[in-house]
Amino acid sequence: MTSVTGTARRRVRVGRFLTSWAFVAPALLFVLVFFGYPIVQNVVMSLQNYTTTTFYTGEAPFVGFANYADIFSNPIFVTTVINTALFTVGSIVLQFSIGLGLALFFKRHFPLSGFLRSLLLLPWLLPLIASAAVWKWILDQGSGALNQFLAVFGVAPVPWLVSPSLALVAVIGVNIWLGIPFNTTILYSGLQAVPEELYEAASLDGAVGWRAFWHITWPSIRSVVSVVIVLGVVYTLRVVDIILGLTGGGPANSTQTLATWAYQNSFVQFAFGRGAAISNVLIAVSLIFAIVYLYMNRKEVDE
Amino acid sequence: MTETRALLLGNTPRRAPARKWPMTVLGVIFLAIMVFPVYWMINSSLQANSGAATTDWLPFHLTFAGYRAAITQQGQNLATSLIVSVSTVILTLIVATPAAYGLARFKMKGTTAFVFVLLITQMIPTIVIANALYTLFNHLGLLNSYLGLILADTSAQIPFAIILMRAFMVSIPTSLVEAALVDGANNFRAFRSIVIPISKNAIITAALFTFLGAWGDFLFALTLTSTPAVRPITLGIYNYLGANGTTEWGPVMATAVIASIPAGLLLIIAQKYIAAGALGGAIK
Repeated sequence: MTSVTGTARRRVRVGRFLTSWAFVAPALLFVLVFFGYPIVQNVVMSLQNYTTTTFYTGEAPFVGFANYADIFSNPIFVTTVINTALFTVGSIVLQFSIGLGLALFFKRHFPLSGFLRSLLLLPWLLPLIASAAVWKWILDQGSGALNQFLAVFGVAPVPWLVSPSLALVAVIGVNIWLGIPFNTTILYSGLQAVPEELYEAASLDGAVGWRAFWHITWPSIRSVVSVVIVLGVVYTLRVVDIILGLTGGGPANSTQTLATWAYQNSFVQFAFGRGAAISNVLIAVSLIFAIVYLYMNRKEVDE
Repeated sequence: MTETRALLLGNTPRRAPARKWPMTVLGVIFLAIMVFPVYWMINSSLQANSGAATTDWLPFHLTFAGYRAAITQQGQNLATSLIVSVSTVILTLIVATPAAYGLARFKMKGTTAFVFVLLITQMIPTIVIANALYTLFNHLGLLNSYLGLILADTSAQIPFAIILMRAFMVSIPTSLVEAALVDGANNFRAFRSIVIPISKNAIITAALFTFLGAWGDFLFALTLTSTPAVRPITLGIYNYLGANGTTEWGPVMATAVIASIPAGLLLIIAQKYIAAGALGGAIK
């Protein structure tokens, strides 16, 4: 009797195990093939001399860390690291500050504030490459809208995208524009969650203006802030569309980042081994931030 | 100073709306700056601004030449984008919906780990994936094919779709499904006849984001296709930009406008589902 129920129960349990895996298995397979395999394959390729000939001969000689030595000794590597850092920090700091400013502004509930706030999302409708196209046209030196506008004030045409010293600034500017709607929206929802009573209580104690901001608003939205910033960093590190569309990494590598340089090596020079090595550097940097993000989000994952 | 305070503070009691109109003016100015590129895209798409010194700030000399050129040059690519994006949505939903439910309902070993992995995948730069996928697709003969691009786009969208739908499905009361199981339905039938209808809004939201992701994909298209046979609209735009010294911005902007229309239409149509989907979890 007991053994019968035991077997039945086990059968039920095995059946349940199989059904539950049947639900998840296809997705698991996809993740293994399209995320697991590429990551492993990238590590393997980074240790090989993997070029166009590999596709014909099937031979990719093992070269140890030669690809890494190659990229680290290349002066462009230093340039891309500096560019990546400037691009990321510049984008994040300004996206975040402007986003927070706009979120605080829209929280004031003035006439049409809800309407204006939803219109702010309009730039999201454009595919990234379409945004890049529009900005390339706006920043055009000869007849772009920005220089046309500046000419009204007597400013000579500025070579936004063609001057090595300005291109990075211009690209960062465009990326900031792209990130503002996201930052504003998330920070706005964070501000909505701060209980109004906190401000009332604080104002009785004389905490208004900046003091209310530092003592109430900021501590209350700190977790939202860290999520916005970490996600911002991770998404900025992977930006390729905008840079390729605007400048293609030039002029003279002045807008080359780790991500675009990996692309250049693999898909323009067909040095897939070197491209893989740069990719792995990029993934290492991204993972550091990913771990920070997951650490901050661990409660949500555990629930 | 008072103005700055007013900006930073949320505690001043609501004043009469009349006194807040200056903020509306300020808001309109902020917005005008933010939305200007969208305006400029539409404005220049309607002008024959073939490298002339200036483009008018309003389309006084209205022409649809840009759109005609865009349709002739990019019509094929537009169709490709539609095929790839719609297929990606279908495939993503087929794979992600059961997975989202499985991860929400069954407490298996490894469930947490898998959700964790899904979150991590969101942070892996696409170029890293593309680099290795190129060699894999080369072996499998999937370069320059619809299937290859659809598979790559699907893989990129699956994790987010699962995370999104799972967040909703966790809130489906177990009793609903249990009741069906007692009535003799198996897990798959319960999933089809109960879980899917209840989760309609979440599924539509996931479909929408998947479509937008696939539609906007540029990097997979750039790396995994090289012939005009399979060329999405994003790549069509990029090729315009690559042609050095573009002076004909009309067709480029017209293409950009056309490429933005599906997203706009879908957002308008799906708006009520998205709102409902987001609220659904809270109400139940």
